[in-house]
Amino acid sequence: MVIKTEPFVVNIGPAHPSTHGVFRMKATLDGEVIVDMEPVFGYLHRGIEKLAEERTYTGVIPLTDRLDYLASMSNNLAYCLAVEKLGGIPVPERAEYLRVIMAELQRIASHLIAVGAFLNDCGAFMTPILYMLREREKILDLFEMASGQRLTYNYMRVGGVSQDVPEEFVPALGKFVKVMPRWIDEYDQLLKENEILLARAKGVGILPKELAINISASGPVLRASGVKWDIRKADPYSVYERFEFDIPTGSVGDCYDRYRVRIEEMRQSVCILKQALEQLPQGEVRSDVPHLIRPPVGEAYGHIEAPRGELGFYLVSDNSIAPYRFHVRAPSLINLTALREMMVGWKVADAIIIFGSIDINMAEVDR
Amino acid sequence: MATPVLPPDWPGGFWAHWAVFVVIIFVFLMAMVVGFIWFERRAMAIMQARLGPNRTGPFGLLQPVADALKVLLKEDIIPAKGDKLVHWLAPVVAFIPLLMLFAVVPFQGGAILADLNIGILYIVAVSSVTTVGIFMAGWASNNKYSLLGAMRQVASVVSYEIPVVLSIIGVVLLTGSLSMQQIVMAQDIPFILLQPLGFLLFFIGALAEINRAPFDLMEADSEIVAGFHTEYSGMKFALFYLVEYGEALAISAIVTTLFLGGWRGPVLPPWLWFLVKVVIVFFVIVWVRTTVPRVRIDQLMALAWKFLFPLALLNLLITAVEILVWPTVSLWLLVLVNIAIMVILVLLWSRLFKLGWGRVEV
Amino acid sequence: MTAALSGNEIATRLQKQFPGSIVESGPNSLLVKSESLLEIATFLKTTPGLDFDYLAAITAVDYYDYFEVIYQLTSLQHNHSLVVKTRCYERENPSLPSVVTLWRGADFQEREIYDLMGISFDGHPNLKRIVLWEGFEGHPLRKDYLRW
Repeated sequence: MVIKTEPFVVNIGPAHPSTHGVFRMKATLDGEVIVDMEPVFGYLHRGIEKLAEERTYTGVIPLTDRLDYLASMSNNLAYCLAVEKLGGIPVPERAEYLRVIMAELQRIASHLIAVGAFLNDCGAFMTPILYMLREREKILDLFEMASGQRLTYNYMRVGGVSQDVPEEFVPALGKFVKVMPRWIDEYDQLLKENEILLARAKGVGILPKELAINISASGPVLRASGVKWDIRKADPYSVYERFEFDIPTGSVGDCYDRYRVRIEEMRQSVCILKQALEQLPQGEVRSDVPHLIRPPVGEAYGHIEAPRGELGFYLVSDNSIAPYRFHVRAPSLINLTALREMMVGWKVADAIIIFGSIDINMAEVDR
Repeated sequence: MATPVLPPDWPGGFWAHWAVFVVIIFVFLMAMVVGFIWFERRAMAIMQARLGPNRTGPFGLLQPVADALKVLLKEDIIPAKGDKLVHWLAPVVAFIPLLMLFAVVPFQGGAILADLNIGILYIVAVSSVTTVGIFMAGWASNNKYSLLGAMRQVASVVSYEIPVVLSIIGVVLLTGSLSMQQIVMAQDIPFILLQPLGFLLFFIGALAEINRAPFDLMEADSEIVAGFHTEYSGMKFALFYLVEYGEALAISAIVTTLFLGGWRGPVLPPWLWFLVKVVIVFFVIVWVRTTVPRVRIDQLMALAWKFLFPLALLNLLITAVEILVWPTVSLWLLVLVNIAIMVILVLLWSRLFKLGWGRVEV
Repeated sequence: MTAALSGNEIATRLQKQFPGSIVESGPNSLLVKSESLLEIATFLKTTPGLDFDYLAAITAVDYYDYFEVIYQLTSLQHNHSLVVKTRCYERENPSLPSVVTLWRGADFQEREIYDLMGISFDGHPNLKRIVLWEGFEGHPLRKDYLRW
């Protein structure tokens, strides 16, 4: 007697403890194996691109904070770079170094949450993420010293940063940089060679190299698939040419590689912070830019290496106080393109892990 | 291997003995489960660099009481399209066997509700009925996620029964009797030293049977919301919660009896030794939960059938050969030989063994 | 540094291959006719020396007379970039050929442009609304959407 089975459609999400926001996956399951998957999103669409056309160039900066709220400093930086490219506005030295310091601290904070959430999805029941949140609190204290905020900083301005850091910032940052490598080693030690983690994450959700380039993946997802492409080295912005750091790459492109790449990137960020702290000059932190900036007519595309990938802003100006067109190239949206290929053939438990390892932020996907 | 010594008989006749012990078991179960909930939350919190409950009562000791009160006052929601009778019956079917398990656990020399001479067989049989209750819960909720959870549960319990039972047989061979009281009496050296491989297999298998980490995919928070008890609230949810901790308590008690020497110990009164050992075993269970990630369902199956089952068979073979060939040799020599064999076998097997399938072609 | 290729040099090469397809070329970008977009894109991707295998972004802008769609292309091997633009002059049902067959990264971005601007892409396998819900009327990012 042949047993007849029938695939059934299950909705994973939108309200689900581990879909990192409101994201819905329409999965067709055959037993526990996923045979087809369709992503549905747009639940968090706020129309930021349209809203930006009604605000001044400086007034758009708080909107950019809320795009990828786990990496606000990077969003601010990318936008200010785009406006400065558009208007040809110079930035003082001290401001450039402060921007790099904030961006790298933000990268560490964002990767801590990404790795912690990934391990939480693997089932390590909150222990790794709680350890990582403990370090993130120290970074958030530093950010609070500088900007007064813990999540959406609104710190960078066109032509520099909004205010100088207080005196206790530099010693606190020095202490953090000295202590952090030991904490990264602590997280690594328990989990790097853990049998169960290797069994769950190695070989799961492979994104081959050609497919990664074809879907315009960027950030740790692209680097874990074996492509050594980091905008900080390929198209350096701000003062990144003055620092020495490596770009960690993976070889296979599975979930384990993406996890390793993020851990190594945290180590490299600490290295950059050390060098930036040594080279930090004195000076003013904002060039003389009018409050209502009117860049000349033209367009510019400014992109940076945000923690989740290549974050780009495309701005068109018509010499008025508001941008004519404001477009965000969101890394999370584009990294999601191959989700179906990565998930088909694996089981429901793996689907959650694969989705967590790409590390997306729904606010960026939906804008 | 040792000659069994029978404990004294309790006064009052059969029914008085039964009534006293029913009360003792019930109080023990409730008090210990409440204590375990508190203990787990504090221990896990401290291992995760945070504090845990410390407001309600001194050291947060009244926290489980607060939880119980909260849960009792909640509305009892029944899914409209679910099977109502099965939905109501499932927590009951899951909880009753748990109480029945403690009938043969010796708290002290002679302090046992029923000294069945098939004690350990009774435990194995009764503990499987809980699974039926869990499957009923998954089915009656009319929810695809719950059904997935229930299916996983049935598959895993059936698979892990076999290594567990085989490792118990190793202990029974050394004792010469199935009675729990005799097993404790026979442990001049605790069986964890004489049967290290058996202890390891039993512990891992038992963790899988009671759905604790790293095998808690039945109620994996991040995958299928809450598995089979997604649709439960109020007193029924409290019963499932009780079942989870009660099973952990039962496993700790059984491990203590089978492998750690039960209530035997030098200075303290025997029932205190029993409690201390049970708490230590539970602490190890909580420790494992906090540290290790979760396995996937096919990896769980592979672990049972390809790793634990052959090792359990080998353990049984080696124990039987030792008893036949060396009936009068010193026990400490056996300890050394067994530990060496365990180390070699575990290392060898983990090299040869692949955990789970990979990707399935669709 | 990523060398931003000048539109003029690429224009002279393309004029030889596809005569009449270049509308305008400036130092920063290249404007092509919408009919020849797909062949020019294929040429840019497959020619050794150009090798634009990475599509960084697609954007659409509404200049009241026409829609302009901008493609930011990058080559990972040679580390140079190019900006290619094209225009559609209709307001009611503008359409362009889709580049999904060349660069799959265009998948979600073209769906978003269809959703918010109303430009449909021929050849796209799954052209439906992505950030707004099915059944939404209108295309919000257009300049004349609900303007008071």
